[in-house]
Amino acid sequence: MVKLAEWRGKEVFRKYGVPLPKGAVARSPDEARSLVTKGTVPLPCVIKAQVLAGGRGKGGAVKFANTPEEAHAAATAILGLEFKGERVKELLLEEKLPIARELYLSLTLDRSARLPILMASAQGGVEIESVEDSAIVRQPIHPFPGLSGYEKRRAAKVLGLIGPAAKSLDRLLDSLWEVFMREDAELVEINPLALVGDRLVALDAKVIIEDDASFRHPEYAEIRDDRTPLEEIAREKEIAFVQLDGNIGVIANGAGLTMATLDVLREFGGRPGVFLDLGGTDDPAKVTEAFLLMAQAKPRAVFLNIFGGVTKCDTVAKGLVQAMGNIPAADRFPLVARIRGNNEKEGIEILRAAGITSVASLKESAQAVVREAGGAA
Amino acid sequence: MSVLIDQDTRVVVQGITGHQGMTHSRLMRAFGAKVVAGVTPGKGGTEVDGVPVFDSVQEAVDRTQANASCIFVPAPGARDALIESVDAGIRLATVVTEHIPFHDMLIMYHYASAKGARIIGPNCPGIAAPGKSKVGIIPNVVFRPGRVGVISRSGTLTYEIVNGITEHGLGQSTCIGLGGDPVVGTTFVDALPLFEADPDTDLLVLVGEIGGTAEEDAAEYIRHKFSKPVIAYIAGRAAPPGKRMGHAGAIITRGKGTADSKVAALEAAGARVARFPYEVPDLVAETLKTRGRR
Repeated sequence: MVKLAEWRGKEVFRKYGVPLPKGAVARSPDEARSLVTKGTVPLPCVIKAQVLAGGRGKGGAVKFANTPEEAHAAATAILGLEFKGERVKELLLEEKLPIARELYLSLTLDRSARLPILMASAQGGVEIESVEDSAIVRQPIHPFPGLSGYEKRRAAKVLGLIGPAAKSLDRLLDSLWEVFMREDAELVEINPLALVGDRLVALDAKVIIEDDASFRHPEYAEIRDDRTPLEEIAREKEIAFVQLDGNIGVIANGAGLTMATLDVLREFGGRPGVFLDLGGTDDPAKVTEAFLLMAQAKPRAVFLNIFGGVTKCDTVAKGLVQAMGNIPAADRFPLVARIRGNNEKEGIEILRAAGITSVASLKESAQAVVREAGGAA
Repeated sequence: MSVLIDQDTRVVVQGITGHQGMTHSRLMRAFGAKVVAGVTPGKGGTEVDGVPVFDSVQEAVDRTQANASCIFVPAPGARDALIESVDAGIRLATVVTEHIPFHDMLIMYHYASAKGARIIGPNCPGIAAPGKSKVGIIPNVVFRPGRVGVISRSGTLTYEIVNGITEHGLGQSTCIGLGGDPVVGTTFVDALPLFEADPDTDLLVLVGEIGGTAEEDAAEYIRHKFSKPVIAYIAGRAAPPGKRMGHAGAIITRGKGTADSKVAALEAAGARVARFPYEVPDLVAETLKTRGRR
């Protein structure tokens, strides 16, 4: 998924007509000062770190300024801050508005209902998890008619909006629905949505774009997520790769089998450190890449657990043998291999020729790799 | 009998001239499936291993009486392929394609439902009825005909578990891999009544994963409406708290979605839950034996 920073989310909002405070992005204290001096951002203003983690207000990543000098000082304080592991490189400066009430709005997918769902609450400005169920309205929306008038009126009623404010909500919800559908969003969230006089303004923007829709959205390709460098390389090679803090590397195919492998390793006291899901591949070179990537993560031992379907056992065996020849001696690791399923015999034969034995039982192979990694934790 | 497919199912493969389409059409036929047609726009009039290829699903249906489709069309074209299939009168479409945006799948699911068609998948292994037919990509070698039904959200983990059941000397009536995407055409709850009604299924194995609430929903159904014994396995007890969808995603589930919640719900519904994949065959054998004695 591609999580957009607040300012990028707001760029998207602007395109679809969601009302926003006047604001601009700064990347240095001087730039921040000049934005207010020139009047691009009216005073007083709020200065917000552009990081993906929540809780910025409490964490010192949001400050207020009444003068250009205060804006400079606030920008200096926030820029370069390490906020929940993320370095602050960008700031969003926005006019400070007289807020009457803070509301909550979001659109996301309800998997069980197989429908988009609109959530609204009159208790905005706090983490939505802390709001009681009864204070949140959940309106499923059928994708064919899209968002209907009565659904918007229901939301207005729950949010306590009447007259011009209700009209403002009606237009805003249409815009938000467009963002959700056209941008292939997993989540669009406005928290808080501020009532300023009798109009609504999105003070924050949280937009998550679905990865699988990237073929329709090349514009999001450059935006990186919060991945480690190795995770980033894996992503480019279309290998699912997750780093944990253990010492056993796991290479499996398919999310379910990968998770089941972790379950079994944990049972025998093993600590999985890296797991890497080959997915479906017919290409030995991709398997080789996976092993080379694994070597860079420096595991104590590696467990290869493959059930051949689309990914055939002989493909994996060829890729593995190729990789073993290319891994520098210093990075080599003990390996326990288990390959079952399509072309199992051919795969086992290739491994045997290279001096690698495939263990048929999941239980025994898991126990073996835990031993190789230095025993149970 | 079996569930959804049998020896009379006539399969049209959409995307048959691609590498996956071609390979798996061969494997389906080797399993006994009647693959009667392929569709690739622009390649009409050609053949793949003797199977006629048509430009459209409608032509394939008209000429070969195909009644089930298997879709291998890459993600950007998958929505179109499904809608074409449904419009041609197909009422069972198995979508193997992975990485279909859920926004597309929402349209596919609601369109198919409105027309009375069922989707299996997407991003799924498909359906196998050993000795009868197969639509999808599950490895042929793991099966043997028998009386155990299998439904799963996983791919390779399904193969692992089915293989274990077979190695234990038991066999399967029908196995359905539903796929684990955010939106699937057929959920556990949708599939359960099919196995309840199937006289050839004595027991059901349910393979779930952490995330979402499909297993909790299934437990609710099993508790009230499913009379056959259920053996379950939930993958991901040891998985680290994953990358979540953000606040709004978390709030819909409200504490559901963890392995503990799923296991508890299934046990409360009377299912026996295996802790590891290799415990499943023993539990199946044990349960069948006890039931046989009654």
